[in-house]
Amino acid sequence: MKPLQRDLINNLQGGFPICDRPFQELATRLGYDEETVIKGVKDLITDGYVSRFGPLYNTEKLGGAVTLAAMKVPAERFDQVAEQVNAFEEVAHNYEREDTLNMWFVILAENENALLKVIDQIEATTGITVLNFPKEKEFFLELRLEVPEE
Amino acid sequence: MKPFTDIIDLPVLDEIDHALIRATQTGLPLSSTPYGDIALGMGLGGPDAVKQRLQRLLDIGVIRRIGIIPNHYRLGYHANGMSVWDIPDDVVDTMGEMIGALDFVSHCYRRPRHLPEWPFNLFAMVHGTSRETVETHVKDIHALLGQNVRNHRILYSSRILKKTGLRWRKSGDKKCCD
Repeated sequence: MKPLQRDLINNLQGGFPICDRPFQELATRLGYDEETVIKGVKDLITDGYVSRFGPLYNTEKLGGAVTLAAMKVPAERFDQVAEQVNAFEEVAHNYEREDTLNMWFVILAENENALLKVIDQIEATTGITVLNFPKEKEFFLELRLEVPEE
Repeated sequence: MKPFTDIIDLPVLDEIDHALIRATQTGLPLSSTPYGDIALGMGLGGPDAVKQRLQRLLDIGVIRRIGIIPNHYRLGYHANGMSVWDIPDDVVDTMGEMIGALDFVSHCYRRPRHLPEWPFNLFAMVHGTSRETVETHVKDIHALLGQNVRNHRILYSSRILKKTGLRWRKSGDKKCCD
């Protein structure tokens, strides 16, 4: 990875300026010129190091209901159940994890009732109990992923 | 305890805010004047209205941050371990604040137990370049939590089965992002 790309990743996970020429301001701060920084961000996206550039919105503040849910899926039915669960558009992320509770997914719905309904429907479709792990408290911090010098 | 997320007072957002959220949720224009470009696209004239509204959304927490969203996996963070801890109720929040402040913990939440099979009430997501790194980090967490730990476990993800950023689809639709 080029020094420019590393500088951008390490310094641009938040705090993008809100002003008329934000890339210019950022470039001055990092010791580059505006055009170089814009091209640098474009390249990070093209190369897949960055999935998106822009505001990260806080779902709950927009009125949605979110939860983390898990199921104990028999190995021989795993792929079929994954398909059934993923078919719900309210299921945003779904991960296989190495545990007896081996399927973990995030459900995002318009409100709590809609969310409960999705859980009921998943249980009805798969015949498997869904354990609900709604967040009771968030200990939030900025994500500070560091890319070290090579 | 409410059954779901502790939604408190929702911020008041008008139609222009919603339009702005839709216009920016997939990203900002990569040009020298991104806010001006958005304003133009929304028919708002100059960049000032966009800047002021984004600043307000940031101030009230509707926007967590503005910047790049890194792709952990592509950056070499191949191991993703969800560490889960059984911590006594009277100290779990104090412990959570401490663990949430660690650099290598990307998310930290208190969640309900499901006894008897699931005694864990504190979840801390740890990303690392390898499982060895994750395990070292988890040992650090364990050391900090000390004798408050009654039981713990690391759940590694072995496969991503689905990953979508949820989007606002139309005005009034209460759905968004990731």
